[in-house]
Amino acid sequence: MNLSVKLGRLVLKNPIMPASGCFGFGKEFSQFYDLNELGAIVIKAATGNPRFGNPTPRVAETPSGMLNAIGLQNPGVDQIIENELPFLEPFHTPVIANVAGSSEEEYVEVARKLSKSSTIKALELNISCPNVKEGGIQFGTEPDLAYELTKKVKDVTNKLLFVKLSPNVTNIVSIAKAVEEAGADGLSMINTLTGMQLDLKSRKPLIANETGGLSGPAIKPIAIRMIHQVRQQTSLPIIGMGGICTAEDVLEFLIAGADAVAVGTANFQNPFICKELVDNLPKVLEQYGIHSLDELKGAAIS
Amino acid sequence: MFRGDLEVKSNKLIASDTFEIVLQGNVVQQISRPGQFVHIKIGEGSTHMLRRPFSIADYNIKANQLTIIYKLIGDGTEWLSHRRTGENLNVLGPLGNGFEVEGIKDEHILVIGGGVGVPPLYNLVKQLSTQNHVTAILGYQSKDAIFYEQKFSRFADTFIATNDGSYGYKGFVTDVIDQMGVKFDQYYACGPLGMLGAVQQRLIDVDGYLSIEERMGCGVGACFACVCPAINEKGYVKICQDGPVFHSKEVTL
Repeated sequence: MNLSVKLGRLVLKNPIMPASGCFGFGKEFSQFYDLNELGAIVIKAATGNPRFGNPTPRVAETPSGMLNAIGLQNPGVDQIIENELPFLEPFHTPVIANVAGSSEEEYVEVARKLSKSSTIKALELNISCPNVKEGGIQFGTEPDLAYELTKKVKDVTNKLLFVKLSPNVTNIVSIAKAVEEAGADGLSMINTLTGMQLDLKSRKPLIANETGGLSGPAIKPIAIRMIHQVRQQTSLPIIGMGGICTAEDVLEFLIAGADAVAVGTANFQNPFICKELVDNLPKVLEQYGIHSLDELKGAAIS
Repeated sequence: MFRGDLEVKSNKLIASDTFEIVLQGNVVQQISRPGQFVHIKIGEGSTHMLRRPFSIADYNIKANQLTIIYKLIGDGTEWLSHRRTGENLNVLGPLGNGFEVEGIKDEHILVIGGGVGVPPLYNLVKQLSTQNHVTAILGYQSKDAIFYEQKFSRFADTFIATNDGSYGYKGFVTDVIDQMGVKFDQYYACGPLGMLGAVQQRLIDVDGYLSIEERMGCGVGACFACVCPAINEKGYVKICQDGPVFHSKEVTL
């Protein structure tokens, strides 16, 4: 079965990609399977300067999910371009770079630098990280700020620009509309939900940052609802994510209105998951009488 | 590195809230050094999304078996404690680099373990003792938490310390080091961060190796959950991928 999908002018051989932050820069997972099997690879967020991130512990398991507060640890955009991208260059799987920052200037600088790389096929603008003190999510919770930032980044890049939306908002549609108006080429949704878990003995949070981003199957219904909601208001390509573990989950996201999907937390439970989803998807589609992914376009819009 | 099912051969309580589980399967064939660890999937389906990392206490390539010692801490270890002989566990591993043992001979080596930091030192002591004189100092909460004392004694001069003084020396492992007043050529330590930091300071003039524990995500170096500040170009190390064993001069605890 032909699993290829189009995200604007970007053609993916299948709709499955690892989500940013759960896959490093690809090297570790290339020990498990050929990265050419993937529809795309979204690499870990880049910031202007190297970031060490938050104190440990940075992760904690929750029922059907996990909290993380890594804090955008990364070697900085220059090091990423110099030391990480060369490894990904030989693969024919498109690489999507996640762009983060604490200020408008930093986002623009990171986007401008990454845009010069021929290995990068699209940018994912991270205005939704809940784990850094400055920037990040504040750009993703105010439609005006989201608009301004998207526009500024769009001005310095010739790559497709996906904006990664935060679910920690009252009205996700208004943010989606704002970034669309600013020229976004697509949406990535959803990032993690801010959560907290306490240890009963110490009466303290289980992660050092106190709060963290909740991901995993626990948030899947929220992601499905939000994608469904946004899909009715925009025709932009959507990369859907939030707790995908099975090919059935992939189908559910596609029905909700996603054009492709990203897999995050499940990579930790099963490092082979992305490849297994690619392998299992045709069987599951057939099981539901679906002969082409085009049939699913807008399936759930009512 | 390998992902596979390992069969539970035994799973029994050996001290207060402390279990020893023996697993059999081909993952064992990949183990190259003491101090490596395995990442075990907990439960069925998507209830538990994070694997749990456990150090390998002992392994036997011929028998295709490895031993893990774990303490009941939460849901994951609770689930593990109910696994019966004949059941399978999904295991990713062996992970990490383990302890340096090659080419070390005719030295007086100190091995220091605290609580569930003791297990990975067992196979280490077994290997080091063939060509070296090994002294082991093992610290536990109290008498009922002690395990593997006899086993260590077969390969090393073994001293036990308990926090409450209910067995052996009363106090911390560092107190025992002070009382011994012996000069060691090298040391190896595994235990809680506080203990490792104290040992690092106490034995600042001795070459040492520290095995560090941290809550992990992927276990393979991709997620940056288990980092530790370090004196190197990057300023950090990833415990799962670069460790879990580090030279005492490399990491900042």
